[in-house]
Amino acid sequence: MSRIGVFVCHCGLNIAKTVRVSELAQFAATLPDVVVAKDYKFMCSTPGQEMIANDIKEHRLDRVIVTACSPLMHEQTFRKVLSASGLNQYLLTIVNIREQVSWVTHDIDEGTAKSKALLNGAVNRARLLAPLTSRVIDVNPDVMVVGGGIAGIQAALELANTGRKVYLVEKNSTIGGHMAQFDKTFPTLDCSACILTPKMDSVMQNKNITLMTSCEVSEVKGYVGNFDITVKQKARYVDHDKCNACLACTEKCPGKGVSEWDEGLVKRKAIYIPFPQAVPQKPIIDRDACTYFIKGKCRLCEKVCEQKAIDFEQQDTFSTMKVGAVIVATGYDLMDTKPLVQYGYGKYPGVYNALEVERLFNSAGPTGGKVTMRDGKEPQAIAILHCIGSRDKNNYEHCSRVCCMYSLKFAHLFKEKTSADVYQFYIDMRAAGKGYEEFYNRIIEEDVKFIRGKGARVAESADEPGRLIVEAEDTITGKFIKLPVDMVVLSPAMKPRADSKDLARLFNLSTDKYGFFMERHPKLAPLSTMSEGIFIAGVCQSPKDIPDTVAQANGAAAEALTIVVKDKMELEATTAMVNPASCCGCQNCVRVCPYGAPFFKEDKGVSEINEALCKGCGLCASVCPSSAIIARHFTNEQVLAEMEGLMEF
Amino acid sequence: MSFEPKILGIACNWCTYTGADLAGTTRLQYPQNLRVVRVMCSSRINPSFIFKAFQLGADGVLVGGCHPGDCHYNTGNLYARRRLAVTKKILEFSGMEPGRFRVEWISASEGNKFAEVVREFTEEIRNLGPQTKFKIS
Repeated sequence: MSRIGVFVCHCGLNIAKTVRVSELAQFAATLPDVVVAKDYKFMCSTPGQEMIANDIKEHRLDRVIVTACSPLMHEQTFRKVLSASGLNQYLLTIVNIREQVSWVTHDIDEGTAKSKALLNGAVNRARLLAPLTSRVIDVNPDVMVVGGGIAGIQAALELANTGRKVYLVEKNSTIGGHMAQFDKTFPTLDCSACILTPKMDSVMQNKNITLMTSCEVSEVKGYVGNFDITVKQKARYVDHDKCNACLACTEKCPGKGVSEWDEGLVKRKAIYIPFPQAVPQKPIIDRDACTYFIKGKCRLCEKVCEQKAIDFEQQDTFSTMKVGAVIVATGYDLMDTKPLVQYGYGKYPGVYNALEVERLFNSAGPTGGKVTMRDGKEPQAIAILHCIGSRDKNNYEHCSRVCCMYSLKFAHLFKEKTSADVYQFYIDMRAAGKGYEEFYNRIIEEDVKFIRGKGARVAESADEPGRLIVEAEDTITGKFIKLPVDMVVLSPAMKPRADSKDLARLFNLSTDKYGFFMERHPKLAPLSTMSEGIFIAGVCQSPKDIPDTVAQANGAAAEALTIVVKDKMELEATTAMVNPASCCGCQNCVRVCPYGAPFFKEDKGVSEINEALCKGCGLCASVCPSSAIIARHFTNEQVLAEMEGLMEF
Repeated sequence: MSFEPKILGIACNWCTYTGADLAGTTRLQYPQNLRVVRVMCSSRINPSFIFKAFQLGADGVLVGGCHPGDCHYNTGNLYARRRLAVTKKILEFSGMEPGRFRVEWISASEGNKFAEVVREFTEEIRNLGPQTKFKIS
């Protein structure tokens, strides 16, 4: 005989509007073993929690059912109420009548009927629940940050400054990310390098940070508090321990590679550092561009290197780091605008994408900061086309958030550096952010022309060879316009990194339909993920500007710290166990477990489960032919009893 | 009175259950005939659960898991996919209409898909009428 208490939440009107909550509580009181059933306006509030705690004592409850929002929302809240009242926390059942009932119907009869069925199932299941003991594990105090853009740099520095050891993993040969490519940042027009490079340098100098450039995560094992992460160090063909960064090699190198840093606008050497302020200041060899690797001879770099740091035999190496928490901050790629043939990117030399233009403005860029086009001329008229691929049902539905503002910044810089007429083709001007609307007003004053209409097509001018025609509908005048210009700047959609799906699999992250990493809760847990101990920051979660990215990075650092600051932590007790009396020794469980938790005891001829490795998925329980494996908290009996209850009404 | 089917859903915690929550958060409307049991992974689903559901009077059974390759437990749903495919065949062998059992891969971001699948499946089951093959009357 159980003594079950049922607590029905109104959630204000969120539930009460489409579920008759008092009727539900009265119904609960009629169910076997239910000794108390109540409804209350906000069960998660302090008075609500106190009511449950009092009833546990007063009615000597041994099971508690909270009929409210999703367990993903408040299961932990109510578990704490049970623990504080001396009841094992696993004797709680949550019935989700908000997300999965009241919010998906307008019909109060339907909502009430379904809630009754769900509650009936929960009462059936609750009777069979068993108290479970949480496992206590040691926590590794170190943290790994994946991605060395401004988000990763900021998070790593924050953590390192609290005394934690941080591994900062970056796949390129330098940290800095996209921010290092920019010349100015909106709306203050701060010099991007001036605010970023001191931080990059701090990373290098910080004794708590192990900087791992040209590195990629290749395997993730373990769980919150105890991750074992294998990192691949890609061959650089330069021994960075020996290299003294004299860069004599880069001067002599005859090889030519495409400068990723300058968005392919110029060539660089085959042995190179991406840009003058790169961190670390040590070169790598681009195998695909190196004369020696292509033709089998050259080795000029080796000859000039006094440190004997060049090593053509270098191989990729792998090392495994132990950390307690991880921050993923891998940023974004710009959408490839070539498939949008109507804009002529890649076809007409006068069409640029936004990152290329950032490089044109940059004094360390291919033109030394002068705005000259691929033909060497200065443009006389420039069109900036917003929302290329963003806010577009055929490509990316999301607003990329920063394009309006950087397009305004471009306009300002074009006005500063050229005498060109500048035109903005926009759908809506989105200037939400501190100082952004003011910046927009300032650019209007700077004689920039605004055309409210999305650029529809870019074509070659028939009358003036080499010039381009931008076609659009001006939605204010309702007129179709054709504007001759010399240069077109596309502001493309920001999309997740091309390899974000691979990273999502490695770290067990959910992604949205475009591949941006999903947060645990859009409002209340924007930096946590469904994988405990893994946090996200910056544009890998969704497009955002630098201030928001930095704020998220600080937040993610704080969240990671809440885990690694403790020596020990509790893990879910919902693991599997083997009943040796019924185990037939077939070892199916050993073969299927992704974590290697079950193992075979040769001497006894039966399987056992290493609870430290078990994550509680229940796979082994359902492949066990002799039903010897019990998936705690989701036993066959518990699931079937719940089903029976659901089907009764 | 028109026939209101009873549909049992079994959803994995990380993808489909969360997707169902998202459908709620975004206030998508779908029929209330579905009652969901939450399990941690679709691989937890023993074929006997499906048969039992029909025995208990379910007119349809809907299983939801993460997209193959995106399982929270790496490979769990790959086992589930195979096992549930066999389950479906055994059900058909036993004379059950094929349309009464459905497996869908619905991610945590696919609230829309969840609502859409429930609407469609409920309609299909409504058209099939009451399930009497396995039901204990």
